[in-house]
Amino acid sequence: MTDYKPALVGSVTKYVVVESFDVTPADLAARAYEISKGAMIKETCFGLVINGKEDEVDRIIAELRKIDPDHIFIKDRGFPPGDSRRCRANLGGARPGYHGMEYEMTVIPYVSHGLEVLKNNDGTRIAAPENPLMRRILDISRLKKIIDTEEP
Amino acid sequence: MAKVFIYPSTSLILSDLVARYGHTPLSSAVAIRERIQTAGFESPPLQITPEEPKKGLKWAAVEVPSGVRGRMALYGPMIGECEAAIIINDADLAFGCMGCARTNELITFLVRQKDIPKLDLYYPKNEEEGVKFVAAIKRFLTGLGEGK
Repeated sequence: MTDYKPALVGSVTKYVVVESFDVTPADLAARAYEISKGAMIKETCFGLVINGKEDEVDRIIAELRKIDPDHIFIKDRGFPPGDSRRCRANLGGARPGYHGMEYEMTVIPYVSHGLEVLKNNDGTRIAAPENPLMRRILDISRLKKIIDTEEP
Repeated sequence: MAKVFIYPSTSLILSDLVARYGHTPLSSAVAIRERIQTAGFESPPLQITPEEPKKGLKWAAVEVPSGVRGRMALYGPMIGECEAAIIINDADLAFGCMGCARTNELITFLVRQKDIPKLDLYYPKNEEEGVKFVAAIKRFLTGLGEGK
């Protein structure tokens, strides 16, 4: 067994994902470089990866969010940017974990719309979404569809 | 500020919304970061060492595959410390081999067993559902107190 010496101990890494008609990852990167004080910033196809001390990363993210609050999404990342265990440059395919993010990118426009609507609304008058724990009754049209697709 | 367990624990949307409304999301990235930044024996890619399946015995029996127990060493402590949970059901991205699939089942089971506020949802499929989705999460997180 080989000893493992971790790099960038005590730092945090966060993804900044942008799904906007007005802001591109390049715009965010330019702004992040302007305000950064020693954080590592990597521009990607979906946004940025920012690594640094927690306070500094949070400060940069708070500033970036102001650009387009309803269309910029943030999440933590375990690995630092460009880590050879995760970077696709070394793996020859999409980064593990990208597929999950890719799926959520298809849902994010709906969430962004929700955030826009709820910006000036406390949401108390909006109906609750479907509860997955409630027993779902088979819809009559769905039953008919199943019967129709049954081969004689 | 409450610690909110999110499932799928890699979810970008849940992680963002929980933090946006003033709480702390407990996601798998935080657990992985702890291991990546701790010195020890080299065990790429996730620094999951043979110690992890042993720790996982707290949540799964010894005859349960080590893959499940190793994963539970990541998620178990987070389930233990969470004060609320948001679960997205039937998430397309939460699938996998037997290790992942069974761990996912065990995670949702353990979260549902715990006496904490829980919110069960589906991913929205259109803008109308998107509004309901965000409103439900906002109401839930605001109800936890000290949120924004």
